Order: sequence, then structure tokens, then C-alpha cells
Amino acid sequence: MDCCFEYVDVRVDGDEGPILAGFSACIPDRGLTALVGASGAGKSTLLRLLNRLDDPDAGEVRYKGRDVRSYDVLELRRRVQYVSQVPVTLAGSVADNIGPQTASLLAKVGLDAVLADRLADRLSVGEAQRMCLARALAREPECLLLDEPTSALDPDSKSDIERLVRRLADEGLTVVMVTHDQRQATELADRAIAVGTLP
Amino acid sequence: MNDLSGRVGLKEVALALALVAVAAAISRVRKADLERDILVATLRSFAQLLAIGYVLDFVFDGRGALTPIVLAVMIGVAALTSGARGRRIPGARAIALTALTVATGGTLGVLLLLGIVPALPRSVVPLGSMIVSNAMNAASLVMTRLRDDLAASRPEVEARLALGQTATEASAGWHRQALRNAMLPIIDNTKVVGLVALPGAMTGMLLAGASPSAAIRLQLVVMYMLLGGNAFAALMAGRMTVHRLFTPDHQLIRSLRREV
Repeated sequence: MDCCFEYVDVRVDGDEGPILAGFSACIPDRGLTALVGASGAGKSTLLRLLNRLDDPDAGEVRYKGRDVRSYDVLELRRRVQYVSQVPVTLAGSVADNIGPQTASLLAKVGLDAVLADRLADRLSVGEAQRMCLARALAREPECLLLDEPTSALDPDSKSDIERLVRRLADEGLTVVMVTHDQRQATELADRAIAVGTLP
Repeated sequence: MNDLSGRVGLKEVALALALVAVAAAISRVRKADLERDILVATLRSFAQLLAIGYVLDFVFDGRGALTPIVLAVMIGVAALTSGARGRRIPGARAIALTALTVATGGTLGVLLLLGIVPALPRSVVPLGSMIVSNAMNAASLVMTRLRDDLAASRPEVEARLALGQTATEASAGWHRQALRNAMLPIIDNTKVVGLVALPGAMTGMLLAGASPSAAIRLQLVVMYMLLGGNAFAALMAGRMTVHRLFTPDHQLIRSLRREV
């Protein structure tokens, strides 16, 4: 099995001892992989290593067989899009955030086309999270990294986002999702990788 | 004599201490617990000014070649002060030192090259000291504001990085705000000069017996000089601070990420 991402004996130090100590795992190409674990186990840190918002203190992270540090970091981040836990809207309208393909991407993430001209910071949290997904998709990524994408949402928005993420994975995008929700890991994801001790 | 310059002796200085005693007494009565600070400030000001007085007498007395050394010491002390203010930024002292050197060198250079002021210790040292002390405040403001804002806005900054922006692009909004924040006090001072307060250089010249119109001309040069010096310092400090708060791979440095 080819790895899309691979962690090789990764250590990340925190202020009070290691956050991760000798973590190794393979995230296969395609499908939806969940990184599941208790809060503070280092799940988010693992995700941030994949698009190099952070680097390990020891060990190696590989993307398509090569050390992530061997890629141009800006190009890596375009190919590997990251969506944070709390949606971050940039100044301007929804269309300013997403770019030229706003209409089709709004449809893809299930948002009404009239929202294109709305100021991005006027969206509800659920809408904003979907806009962030559309903004990530606008970069035509190979992989999508999601950090607890539903933890800030109400139950309805949560199941909407889950269906959307599932569909993106089914359409061939490699999706890596961090979650503390065991149900999400087993029911939604194709496979789960445990980080630290399970909750 | 209609000026004060020759009339203030050590006796007059001692009498002025009565006002310090008033300040200390108020602190005592109101339990502000500032008596010790007032004492230290008074002693330090006395010692420091006495010392610089002798140094300047020495330099002005035909030893103008020492002028760059006097300025260098001023810049060095200011850089240590500003660097301590920004100590949570790696290399804050180096940032402050570079910013203040560029600000002082650039501004004095323009004044001297255009022949606006004569290249004499008597003009270069006091003007230089005004540039340094103002630029020090500007550099401190830019450094602390930029660092604190980027740390507080970490999720937004990282969202921008994750979308493929460079460190410069991702921090641009906060960078702009920090520059404005550092420049606004001097701009406001320039706007209200003469209306709200008679500024230092002009006050000094008036006390020394110069005509008001001569005092005003010098004051205008000083204000424009300070605007320029602050802009130089803020610009340099801002650029270098951004440079130090991100890694070459467009990551926020860890000390900034972990604290929030």
C-alpha cells in the first residue's frame, strides 16, 4: 500500500515534555483517514506537520514518498489544503474569499449562490466552515486536512459537513481529519489512526 | 541679560528640588508608594545630566571628532532599552540597534547633506539625541504591537499561511496597523504643535533668548526631522520583526504559537 503521508518516528517537543514521542504511521492515498485521540494527544500537531505549519523536532514526515521539507513550502500548502477548527474568514465578500469559481464551489459545498456577495464575516459558523472548504477546494488541492471540522457546529450543520466531507473523499480527494469523536472516526472515516490513548 | 542660560547655577537647581519634595510628599500622603522611584529618578537625572554636561563641554571644546562616539553611545543605550521592551521577540536588541542606527544615520545624513544644519557637534549631538529618543519609542511600539497582535491573531495568520500566503503577505494587515500605531503620536504632535504645547527645541531657544521666529524655524526642522526619523525606525523595526517572528519556511515561530 502506497502512503500519501507517512510519519517516521516523529517527535515534537512542547514546553512541558514531548507532545509526540516517536510517532509512526502511514496515511494511504485516497479515502478519508481519521486521526482520533483525546484532546492534548497531539492530533492537531500531527495535522500541522503535513502542510508544514510546524516541523518535527526529530523524525521525518513524508508526502508521496519524499520528505515534506524537500518541497517548496508554498507549493506544498497549495497542494495540501488545511481547514482549521474555527473557520477563519478573510476580509471582503464570500466571492473575495473563494475566487473566480465561486458559483460552482458554493454549489459544491451546498451554499446558496446569493451568499457570494455577502460579507464573509456575516456568515453563520456553519456557513463559514463550508465557505472555508470551498476556499480550500478553489486551490485545486490533492489533499484536504481538516482539524475537528465539526466541533464548533450545531448538530444539523455537523451532519451537513460530514456528508460533504464524505462526498469529497468518495470523489477521489485524500482527506485527513482530526477528531476526538470516536463515532465520527468509525462511521464516517474509511480508517482511523489512534493518537495517544483513546478517550 | 534677558535670557536664562547663564542664570541657573547649582543654587537654583537645589531650590528647584523643592518641587521634587512636593511630589514625594504627595506620593507619601496618597500612599502611591512612589517616593523611592522619585528619589532614584532625581539622583539619576542629576548624575546623568551632570556627566553628559562634562562630556559635551569636552567634545564641543575642539574635539568634534568624538561626535560619532557620543551618538553611538546614545544609540546603544536606546537599543538596549527598546530591545528589553521587545524581549519576547528573538533578536530584539539587534532589531532595535539596526532600526535606530538607520533612523539616526539616515535623518542626520539628509539634514547634513542638504546643508539644513551645520556639521558641528553643537547641532549634531542635540538633534541626534532627539532623533534617537523618538525613534526608540517608535521601534518599541512597532515591535511590541506587532508581536502581540500576531500572537493574538494566530489562527487567522496561520489560515492565511495555509492558503499559500507568504509570511509577508500573511502578516501585512497587522504590520500596517503596527506602523500606524507607532507613527500616529508624532503625526498628532506635529498637527497640534504650537496650539497645545510649545515643543522642546523651541522652548529651549526662547529660554536661551532667541527670537520667536528663529525658534520656530528650528522647531519646524526638528518636527520634520522627527517624522522622518520615526518613519525610518518604524519601517526597519517592522520589517525585521516580521522576519524574526516567522521561519524562512513561512511558519510562525513556536514561542508565538504555543503561548495563546
